[in-house]
Amino acid sequence: MVTKEHAKSAFGAIHEAKSVLATEGLTVSYGATKAVRHVTLGIAENRVTAIIGPSGCGKSTFIRALNRMNDFIPSAKTEGLVNYRGVDIYGSGVDPAEVRRRIGMVFQRPNPFPKSILANVTWGPKINGFRGDLRELAEEALRKAALWEEVKDRLASSAFDLSGGQQQRLCIARALAMSPEVILMDEPCSALDPAASARIEDLLFELKERYTIVIVTHNMQQAARVADFTAFLDRGELVEYGETDQIFTRPREKRTEDYVTGRFG
Amino acid sequence: MNRTILASSSDLRRRRLADRAFGALCVGFTLLGLLALPLLLVQATKEGLPWLDLQFLTSFPSRFPANAGINSALWGTVWLGGLTASIAIPIGIAAALYLEEYPRGGRLADLIEINIANLAGVPSIVYGMLGLVIFVRALALQRSLIAGALTLSLLILPVIIVASREAIRAVPRSLREAAYALGATRWQVVRDHVLPAAAPGIMTGVILAMSRALGETAPLVMIGALTFVAFTPAGPLDEFTALPVQIFNWVSRPQPQFHDLAAAAIVVLLAIILLMNAAAILVRNRAQRRRKW
Repeated sequence: MVTKEHAKSAFGAIHEAKSVLATEGLTVSYGATKAVRHVTLGIAENRVTAIIGPSGCGKSTFIRALNRMNDFIPSAKTEGLVNYRGVDIYGSGVDPAEVRRRIGMVFQRPNPFPKSILANVTWGPKINGFRGDLRELAEEALRKAALWEEVKDRLASSAFDLSGGQQQRLCIARALAMSPEVILMDEPCSALDPAASARIEDLLFELKERYTIVIVTHNMQQAARVADFTAFLDRGELVEYGETDQIFTRPREKRTEDYVTGRFG
Repeated sequence: MNRTILASSSDLRRRRLADRAFGALCVGFTLLGLLALPLLLVQATKEGLPWLDLQFLTSFPSRFPANAGINSALWGTVWLGGLTASIAIPIGIAAALYLEEYPRGGRLADLIEINIANLAGVPSIVYGMLGLVIFVRALALQRSLIAGALTLSLLILPVIIVASREAIRAVPRSLREAAYALGATRWQVVRDHVLPAAAPGIMTGVILAMSRALGETAPLVMIGALTFVAFTPAGPLDEFTALPVQIFNWVSRPQPQFHDLAAAAIVVLLAIILLMNAAAILVRNRAQRRRKW
């Protein structure tokens, strides 16, 4: 459980950076099981926030609650608030499609569309009524995702011809093409080899200049390398949240310490 | 010594024997099933081929076997197939999409599910009675093509829905999530991703269902498809006959020449159905080659 004092210190840590997305007492349950329990957390703008924790601790459920992807799981029930720039994204009158346009997502396994590389990037803007040069937009997105040089000569070939790491960068480019403010990444490197993971991590450093990034990872080294802030979840509860450096070197909670030092999880 | 260790014990030998016997049994039964079709084809072709010429295809039924043909029946089948396809395919796919893609409406969806499962098992003659009561009488469509097509549509709808649902369910969830995460609406996801990905499976189901519709006799006889039609239908409200009905009529006549005519008509009907099945396989294979995940 987060004590009042700790919650305050967590918010203190991110206070200097503006919070663009914040949960308040967020609880997500599947039937009788509570996967996320009363989590209150602010996501700092233009920073990388990592969510760590043992398997089944509710990290994925939590991050999917931030752009209403749990809507597609019939048994999932969400309580509490998720404020995006002051608006509760679960509030009445909010269009979930609009939420997902602004809060993009990259998934655990690369899931490109069975289409050409170009079409993968342009589909999102196209269906959202983008009027402009789609090709130019695609080039920009692919450049930001550090994939342009590798694919510029074969934009028309199938996305499945790319390697796993390239596919995942394509999925990032696809999300970037929507010009989202926040990008949620649900263990984006778990299906990739170390070299491909390293490229994604490098990319995160560049992307945080312009985007707010939330990344779920089971890889603590990765969290330590890329994240400005880290939240530790265990059994659905937010155990500790603070600057990454502090979480890994001076954890306040015993459970956090046990986890980051590899004693459990 | 080593040889005896690895040699089969008598127990293992017995098990191997049973294994081989079972394999042989399976092959035997498979061949039995496979043999039936060529036998039927050979028999029908042998009897019907001498009659199978242009005159046979372009003539109307006649009391004289030499003058009789399947012109009206062939066109009746073409009309019936076209109308049935344009009614049953959109409704079937829409129903499958509703049941798979849209959140369950609770009791309504359950009710629909149970009904579809039951409908698939209803004998075709019962659909014929249904068609007679509803389309022919209540809606006063008479013995028209449209009444026949509506009846056949009811008959094959469960098949199309079940096949389409399977195909839609096989589309990976990750594909839908990718699209939804870009701010797509349900219809955009369905139109651009789910339907194209499920299309091969849906088309296979649809074509198989259509083959079944074209071979149905009982419901058409029930709703009063005529057996002697000396004109080709000009519109959906015209009276009609169809190939299976014509075959049924010829077979029940005493003169052996009519039996040969029936065989010739069977060859034509089988050719149409086999062509459709071949098309189904072709379409599926082509689409599967393009799809990878």
